[in-house]
Amino acid sequence: MLKLQNIQTYYGNIQALKDVTIEIKEGEIVALIGANGAGKTTTLMSICGITPPRSGEILLDGDSLKGVSADKIVQRGIVQVPEGRRIFPDLTVLENLEMGAFLRTNKSLIQQDLNYVMTLFPILESRRHQLGGTLSGGEQQMLAISRALMARPRVLLLDEPSLGLAPLIIKQIFEIIRKINKESNTTIFLVEQNANQALKLADRGYVMENGRITLVDSADKLLANDDVRKAYLGM
Amino acid sequence: MEYFLELFFGGLTRGSIYALIALGYTMVYGIIQLINFAHGEIYMIGAFVALIVAGVCTIYGLSGISILILAAIIAVIYASAYGYTLEKVAYRPLRGAPRLSPLISAIGMSIFLQNYVLLAQTPDFLPFPRLIPDFAFMEPVAHIIGSPELVILVTTMVTMILLTLLIKKTKVGKAMRATQQDMDMARLVGVNVDRIISLTFIIGSALAAIGGVLVASYIGQVNFYIGFLAGVKAFTAAVLGGIGSIPGAVLGGLVLGWAESFAAGYISSDYEDVFTFGLLVLILTLRPAGILGKARKQKV
Repeated sequence: MLKLQNIQTYYGNIQALKDVTIEIKEGEIVALIGANGAGKTTTLMSICGITPPRSGEILLDGDSLKGVSADKIVQRGIVQVPEGRRIFPDLTVLENLEMGAFLRTNKSLIQQDLNYVMTLFPILESRRHQLGGTLSGGEQQMLAISRALMARPRVLLLDEPSLGLAPLIIKQIFEIIRKINKESNTTIFLVEQNANQALKLADRGYVMENGRITLVDSADKLLANDDVRKAYLGM
Repeated sequence: MEYFLELFFGGLTRGSIYALIALGYTMVYGIIQLINFAHGEIYMIGAFVALIVAGVCTIYGLSGISILILAAIIAVIYASAYGYTLEKVAYRPLRGAPRLSPLISAIGMSIFLQNYVLLAQTPDFLPFPRLIPDFAFMEPVAHIIGSPELVILVTTMVTMILLTLLIKKTKVGKAMRATQQDMDMARLVGVNVDRIISLTFIIGSALAAIGGVLVASYIGQVNFYIGFLAGVKAFTAAVLGGIGSIPGAVLGGLVLGWAESFAAGYISSDYEDVFTFGLLVLILTLRPAGILGKARKQKV
């Protein structure tokens, strides 16, 4: 469904992604793991058109996303929950969710999805008129995921959803991600430093080091792989 | 007391005009952190367009307030087109460049537009027709607040209410606020940020044009250089209120208007500018981000 073919992304003269090839099939959960600065976030930002690759192709259902602007990529169904959640701090919870549905016009469907995310995360219902910036980290992550769901994504990209959260909340968030994948057959591409959690959730995984993909395998095999265990699972 | 009220309303009138122009500075700054030094020139162009429209209308025998309305509408359209083009030509190519580059480009555009009007029109002051008649119902209070002041106050107030509604209640207003708070995130939810920036310039220019028309018909003359001082004053107002903050621009405009009016009335009109800029220094010493400004956190 989503294919990255030999993409190279630069920040000025610094090359952040070197020849990255990733393939994600419809309905899959794919994890991208790697250390700080490996290029995981850049990979997601390249897919979303914020830092478009200098060369290589990104294909969605076989169509190239070359030259397609970020807003049009959202329109095609690729939606990101970025690192650090990036909630609009001075918009209310409700307004943040409405911004998620910015490109949609069918009001009754938007309302339906609003109700859906509020049942997914009931805390958002009680905070609906509070400013986004006043929420706790966990609540912000819930809001960020909900905001992305409001766009009805076909592919949901998640950047470090567990970062800085308490273990109990991490567990809850990962359960919800699994639920989203199962219930609406949303394809999920998950970037994580928390390799253990990510690989337990995912079907397949990619390992990234210094801007390159160094390993590709099923999640189970990666969890059993000695190098991965040593480098990322601390065993 | 009567003198005080006269100064009060005089200051309010001036202040509301400053506020109208300051809104353009503050909205643009809020969204792309650029001080659009050519904004005063947009105001000046608005006034010139209104002068031309008023001239033509007078030939066709229209009069007074109907000319003012027509002139204002056409000035708004023209100025918006200038503002839109200005952003596209002088600022958009420099997006992502070091912050100093668009600033220099802005100063360049300011000088360019001044000289363009100077050459295309005239270096002289041109008389602007008095378009606001004296309303009969204003007679009893005319020594405190005149008809032109009333028209200016009502117009600016209605404009600001409309602007507030646009920003608070509409979808595009929400997108503007989102873009201001986190531009890349706005992109990630599907906002066409370029279009929002263009719109911000269009709205700011429209407000400046309204200000230009009102001031020109109030003072009764225009020339190519009026945008400079108006721009500096309005910029001061925006900084005073806290640049980037919309209520701040309005408050800053009013504070500046009153400061000028009272300083001129009670001290001496020679010292009016000394007093206002002294006030600016004082407020910025006590509150560096302006009255309503928030210290912006630098994102890394």
